[in-house]
Amino acid sequence: MEFKNPQEELERFRSRLAVAGGFVLFCFTLLFVRFVWLQIIQHDYYQTRAEDNRISLVPIVPNRGLILDRNGVVLARNYSAYTLEITPSKTSDLEQIIDGLAGIIDIQVKDRKRFKKLLEESRNFESLPIRTRLTDEEVAKFIAHRYRFPGVDIKARLFRQYPGGAFASHLLGYIGRVTDRDLEKIEEKEQEANYRGTEHFGKTGLEQHYEFDLHGNTGFEQVEVDAGGRAVRTLSRTAPLAGNNLTLTIDAELQRIAEQAFGDRKGALVAIEPATGGILALVAMPNYDPNLFVDGIDTQNWKELNESPDKPMVNRALNGTYPPGSTFKPFMALGALTIGKRRPEQLIFDPGFYSFGGHNFRDDKKGGHGMVDMYKSIVQSCDTYYYMLANDMGIDNISSFMGQLGLGQRTGIDIDGESEGVLPSQEWKRKHFKKPEQQKWYAGETISIGIGQGYNAYTPIQLAQATAIVANNGVLFRPHLVNFITDTRTGKRTPIEPQPARNLGLKPEHIEVIRNAMVGVNKEGTGARAFAGAEYVSAGKTGTAQVYSLKGSDYKAGGVKKELRDHALFIAFAPADKPTIALAVLVENGGFGAQAAAPIVRQVLDYYLLGKRPNAPAPADEAAVEEDDE
Amino acid sequence: MNRGMGLAMMRNLVQRLIAPIDPPLMLIAGMLLLLAIGVMGSASPERLNAQLLNVVAALVVMRILAQLPPQRLMHMAVPVYLVGILLLIAVAVFGDVSKGARRWLNLGFMRAQPSELMKIAVPLLLAWFFQKREAMPRLRDYGIAVVLLLLPIVLIARQPDLGTAILVLAAGFYVIFFAGLSWKIMVGMAVSALAAAPLAWNLLHDYQRSRIITLFDPESDPLGKGFHIIQSTIAIGSGGIFGKGWRMGTQAQLEFIPERHTDFIFAVFSEEFGLFGNLLLLTLYTLLIGRGLMIAANAPTLFSRLLAGAVTMIFFTYAFVNMGMVSGILPVVGVPLPLISYGGTALVTLFVGIGILMSIHGHRMLVQK
Repeated sequence: MEFKNPQEELERFRSRLAVAGGFVLFCFTLLFVRFVWLQIIQHDYYQTRAEDNRISLVPIVPNRGLILDRNGVVLARNYSAYTLEITPSKTSDLEQIIDGLAGIIDIQVKDRKRFKKLLEESRNFESLPIRTRLTDEEVAKFIAHRYRFPGVDIKARLFRQYPGGAFASHLLGYIGRVTDRDLEKIEEKEQEANYRGTEHFGKTGLEQHYEFDLHGNTGFEQVEVDAGGRAVRTLSRTAPLAGNNLTLTIDAELQRIAEQAFGDRKGALVAIEPATGGILALVAMPNYDPNLFVDGIDTQNWKELNESPDKPMVNRALNGTYPPGSTFKPFMALGALTIGKRRPEQLIFDPGFYSFGGHNFRDDKKGGHGMVDMYKSIVQSCDTYYYMLANDMGIDNISSFMGQLGLGQRTGIDIDGESEGVLPSQEWKRKHFKKPEQQKWYAGETISIGIGQGYNAYTPIQLAQATAIVANNGVLFRPHLVNFITDTRTGKRTPIEPQPARNLGLKPEHIEVIRNAMVGVNKEGTGARAFAGAEYVSAGKTGTAQVYSLKGSDYKAGGVKKELRDHALFIAFAPADKPTIALAVLVENGGFGAQAAAPIVRQVLDYYLLGKRPNAPAPADEAAVEEDDE
Repeated sequence: MNRGMGLAMMRNLVQRLIAPIDPPLMLIAGMLLLLAIGVMGSASPERLNAQLLNVVAALVVMRILAQLPPQRLMHMAVPVYLVGILLLIAVAVFGDVSKGARRWLNLGFMRAQPSELMKIAVPLLLAWFFQKREAMPRLRDYGIAVVLLLLPIVLIARQPDLGTAILVLAAGFYVIFFAGLSWKIMVGMAVSALAAAPLAWNLLHDYQRSRIITLFDPESDPLGKGFHIIQSTIAIGSGGIFGKGWRMGTQAQLEFIPERHTDFIFAVFSEEFGLFGNLLLLTLYTLLIGRGLMIAANAPTLFSRLLAGAVTMIFFTYAFVNMGMVSGILPVVGVPLPLISYGGTALVTLFVGIGILMSIHGHRMLVQK
């Protein structure tokens, strides 16, 4: 076709136009089909997705339950404060952001350190506080600069506060940020939904044990959010339900006096109401400020608390295990009466030592106590009497009786992680040691068990519990800290331990013998100096636990380094005829029980029974050392 | 001055002003502009005034072009094309980078995007070229046309600006198609292009491949472009038959739709006006394109036929690619919804096209005489 026909040309062009027009209609029909698919057939699905986009369920974290003492004194509460928080996953250069924030808001080195620690522990989609407790002025300043800091926001949060600071810290415990281990516990309890939005979890003490009571029910808010996740308006709201309040058996004032009585000494005190098992005071010294943990503790404080040789983080009342020393003697005597190995009036002669297997076990008193009956053996703390008794009873009788008193077993107190201690027995030795020659129990080992030394190792709460059993005529109540839990909504109170755990079936006349002898201790024996002039009748027993083993030489307190000095112990209950309080005290490296431990007990009993407040920590009675032999 | 005379003069002036304007085209475009103002009032009310100014400017440009005789347009074809190529080269050398692409040329007083010019310049030049070869377009001529077409496309694709490159390519292709390139050759080219695709794929870097994969499968990049498409299909689907109502679209108002005043404005429209709104929009575009094709069918010269046909099909390409992309059946390329999306440049380009159509239609008798 070398020559073109214009008409033909035009026809061809028009046919191409028609093709193009057809193509247009085809494509537009395709689009229309697509729209029908999306907007009619799949409409419900996309409608749901649009709603999911727009509506976000925001958890409202409930107020944590309060912790109150038996008289309603607040020991743990909440306060609301603004925090400045960074979501690390939404930021690029953390350092730069923090530097920028420091330009408008006071951010100190310790804040940065704490943030770093939180960052290491966190799951990185969380928002983490860089500063807490912002002032209104700081909040306003940040809001004006917010656009510069993507991923940084102000949040209003509830914080736990322990108004007493270090006071009662070992029993209250503390809360900290939720970790993976806490999450496992939450999953175990199937509480995942209820913990949405919760950032804190009880880590130790009552905060840990009663976590699921204190937490409360999380509320939810249906919020319309925009694509940036910012809330536009609230659509509906289910209010959170505050956690339940704990009312303790603890008497805060008694606790305070007991803590102050320790001064700067280390040790523990557990005071129990014998008739209920309710703990009136639970002291472990030194203690620490649990408030440090609430916002996340900074590395420096954490290091100090953990590396201190005084170990303030150890709850000595539950986790310190110590030989009971002579405080063991009343229990030995009670055991002997119960199994019929001794009568109270039965006399033995104490020449100042007890010979067994060619070895002389010495009594503290040179020349001995002479003729000794059960009363005198306790009042004067005669060792020879108990060397002999231990040998007569045998290790299996001793361990079975002490086991009934709860020694060497967890008491089941409502704080987790209690230590077991060691109740020596043939079986224990078999299990505990690996070499066959060490697994055998030697009769000679029984002798020093009788005066509370040797393998004996008990926690102060076990000693307090055993004392309470004696004071309560052989009936054991599980020691507990929480009196009742109050449901915040209904006000209903759930008591924790209304029933006696077990009755040992001890004979009242046997208990009477021990009670008499322990009254004698405080009247004319090793506790007499500490209880001189007391307006009530108390029963007690001093004890000394060896830290440093004497190799044939006399123990001189002054000649030994402080950390090698003996631990001082004292167990007591009062009033003797109708005891309302039973307690055990241990002062680490305090020397003799009469010297360091008894004065603390005197202050505690004076307050509890008479309402008398001391004006200084219990002084160590240095003079007691020489006079009152143990 | 007498009042009647004043009125008559006014009437005269208005008549002269609107004389070159094709009423059907103007009516359809006007309705689309009304829709545009409505959607803009929902998607981005703060930009409404700026867009109204853009509309005024675009209408002025349209009016000027509508009056120009097609011969003048033909004379401008070569210079405009050459200037466009030079500017594209200048962009490649001196251009400003914005959002990772070098598209803008800073002229001191304003920033220009020369690739936009090519959407009109390329069909203009190719129409001119075929007019010159009217006597007997040989295969060689088609070859030359393809080279003239590919030169700017390579420059634009390098910026990179895939959306514009596709639009320019389409515009040029329409001219060649309307000029009568035989079906055999077109099919042959399509087949060989498909055959060459695996070869080209092997030559690409990994990152280039992944970019292409994302282009066709947005779900593989759910946080990037995939997120846009997921959100825009949710918007369209949740709109249903009647839509959620003006300014009631949750996807739009809560900012889940990205670029909701520009490339994704169709999602806003569709969410708030539903299937009925979409049908109205499709109808208006179909009418616009139909009118354009009619003008092309009646155009007196090869040049004006080819130009009118190509310009009309540009509208189609814009509309189809944009709505197809936003509703998730086409890959995501930056193409605005014609006459609706916010932005002056695209609007002016489109009204240049409408002006050209009006010019061709208005001058058809003059040429025949």
